[in-house]
Amino acid sequence: MKKVIAMEDLDCANCAAKMERNICQIPGVKSCNINFLLQRMTLELDDENLENIIKQIKATVRKTEPDCRLKI
Amino acid sequence: MIMSRNTKSVIRIAVASAVVIIAIILEHTIAPDWIILFATYAAAFLVAGYDVLWKAVTNIAHGKVFDENFLMTIATIGAFAIGEYADAAAVMILYQIGEVFQRYAVGRSRRDIAKLMNIRPEEATVVRDGEEISLHPSEIAIGEIFVVKAGDKIPLDGNIVDGECNVDTSAITGESLPRNVKTGDNVISGCINLDGVLYVRATNTYDDSTVAKILDLVENATSQKAPAENFITKFSKYYTPVVVALAVLVGVLPPLVTGNFAIWDYWRIWLKRAMMFLFVSCPCALVISVPLGFFGGIAAASKRGILVKGSNYLEQLAKTDIIAFDKTGTLTKGNFVVTKVYPEENRQRVLKLAAIAEQYSNHPIAASIMREVKTDVPAKITEIAGKGLKALTETSEILCGNAQFLQDFGIECPVTNGGTTVYVAENGKFVGYIVIADELKSDSQQAIESLREMGCKTVMLTGDNAETAKQIADKVNVDMYLAELLPQQKAENLQTLKTGKNTVAFVGDGINDAPVLATADVGIAMGAMGSDAAIETADVVLMQDNPSAIADAKRIAKKTLNIVHENIVISLVIKFAVLILSVIGILDMLPYGMIIAILADVGVCFLAILNAMRAMVIKKTLNKQNNIKPTK
Repeated sequence: MKKVIAMEDLDCANCAAKMERNICQIPGVKSCNINFLLQRMTLELDDENLENIIKQIKATVRKTEPDCRLKI
Repeated sequence: MIMSRNTKSVIRIAVASAVVIIAIILEHTIAPDWIILFATYAAAFLVAGYDVLWKAVTNIAHGKVFDENFLMTIATIGAFAIGEYADAAAVMILYQIGEVFQRYAVGRSRRDIAKLMNIRPEEATVVRDGEEISLHPSEIAIGEIFVVKAGDKIPLDGNIVDGECNVDTSAITGESLPRNVKTGDNVISGCINLDGVLYVRATNTYDDSTVAKILDLVENATSQKAPAENFITKFSKYYTPVVVALAVLVGVLPPLVTGNFAIWDYWRIWLKRAMMFLFVSCPCALVISVPLGFFGGIAAASKRGILVKGSNYLEQLAKTDIIAFDKTGTLTKGNFVVTKVYPEENRQRVLKLAAIAEQYSNHPIAASIMREVKTDVPAKITEIAGKGLKALTETSEILCGNAQFLQDFGIECPVTNGGTTVYVAENGKFVGYIVIADELKSDSQQAIESLREMGCKTVMLTGDNAETAKQIADKVNVDMYLAELLPQQKAENLQTLKTGKNTVAFVGDGINDAPVLATADVGIAMGAMGSDAAIETADVVLMQDNPSAIADAKRIAKKTLNIVHENIVISLVIKFAVLILSVIGILDMLPYGMIIAILADVGVCFLAILNAMRAMVIKKTLNKQNNIKPTK
């Protein structure tokens, strides 16, 4: 499934790039694209185990850029 | 949000700076004990950079060594360790100033882009059971009637059931002249009703509306990355680790190799140089300014009614050196009109006879004749495919077709060139002929000229006959034309044009040209107002149908690419300059060498962002001259 998540306080473009790379490593994430300017993450995810995947994504975001939050 | 965070940072920076200034004055006047100096500088350092330190600690806990906060922390604490207190505090302050500037600039460009794309209608007034209700456009169903008052944005695509007004379509098409619409016309969401009241029947839901599609397209355009962006992504992945590794080598190797490892001052020199490496270890300037430039360019183009589906297409468009055009509907209006009747004195009679023969046909040629005269003479029509029509009325036999057709019947006729010619004969005698031609669009010539000035070769590909093709080609002055092509032959010829290093764009109406659009490096569809097929097949979609928009698109693409390349070059040159100058020792011979190093890094990032924002600026001059189009 495709999911678009708004982000908040994404200040560093290099972090966004790193985040993108790291999120793609999470099992169940088929693709991740972060639009730094619109502060928006477009994800393609497996349908199963969705909650867990999202949780991992949130954790990755927090680890890469502590100031940034996902608006879910 | 950004402001409040920035305000906090600014206060911290101000306080830290004040403390540093006090420390410097102390150092040069009463020269207190080193421990007092150290404490003062350290205080300033902590005020300015505690959050950097804290992030560094948490990131290390997560095992991230190449995090910019961590590297900054190492570099500044290192500076303290080698006794450069003032420099260490100043570097942290400057780094934070850089962050504030960067956040501010990014916030600004985010707002500018949002403004540029502010075409989304927020509210609609729908008529239900005779009552007008305000709601969000997404709540309106197909077939419902909504009201658009003067000054309102049209919320959904629809057909006017009542009312007449002028609409400003510029947000969608870039067209500056308002367009007059009345009952029966279709209107596009996102346009603004300038005067009058419209009652419109919705033909689409909100999600399928033109506005929603345009926004979706533009907002997702940057996910199709251009080669320049991919380069940056790859580069940034390796840049930091490589620079850090170099820093370690620079800091450790020389003292060990030269055998001076016992001399502390020698260590100090090389450690200082290593720290300067760390200052420039973040590829931020590049990573931020390149996508920003592309997005700015795409947003600027969309403002002018040019939708670019990806940064990669923008880059291709900038590189394009051959532009192939379809003829009908692209360079010409695609509406056939009678341009000449021979003999002129018999004009009415020739047209009348032709009209009798063509009255049941729905071919564009027949339509152009029927627009000239009406007929109510019944006739029995026989069609000879590809040649002409034979009509039998009560009194006569009319032949209407090409020269060959009449000659087949043994009728002599003067053969003329140019345009499509319909020859007419009655009862075995030649009566006259009608020349029907497609009108050139008013700005076709200018578009070709502008493209030539930009170094593009122009080619016209058409299915039309050689004679007509030549005429149009001469008029618009294309470099080359190919006529009598079947659709697949157009694609084949395009393939031939692509040989070598050429980048080829093809411009068509997007409906009949799908295979050709797909073959081209950049497929451009024009006149896409309301045509989904065109939007889907093309890489670049022009909302208007004037060819000069192609020149504009090319101009915007070139400008954007220039900006992107400038940013890449400036950032790399400055970073490498700092690296080289510090390793050969020039930077630490200068007073405040460390400060110069960090200033270079922070400065280039800010500069690159400012430069990238130029991509968003639309030159007014582009706009004025080309868009003169009669209102319908």
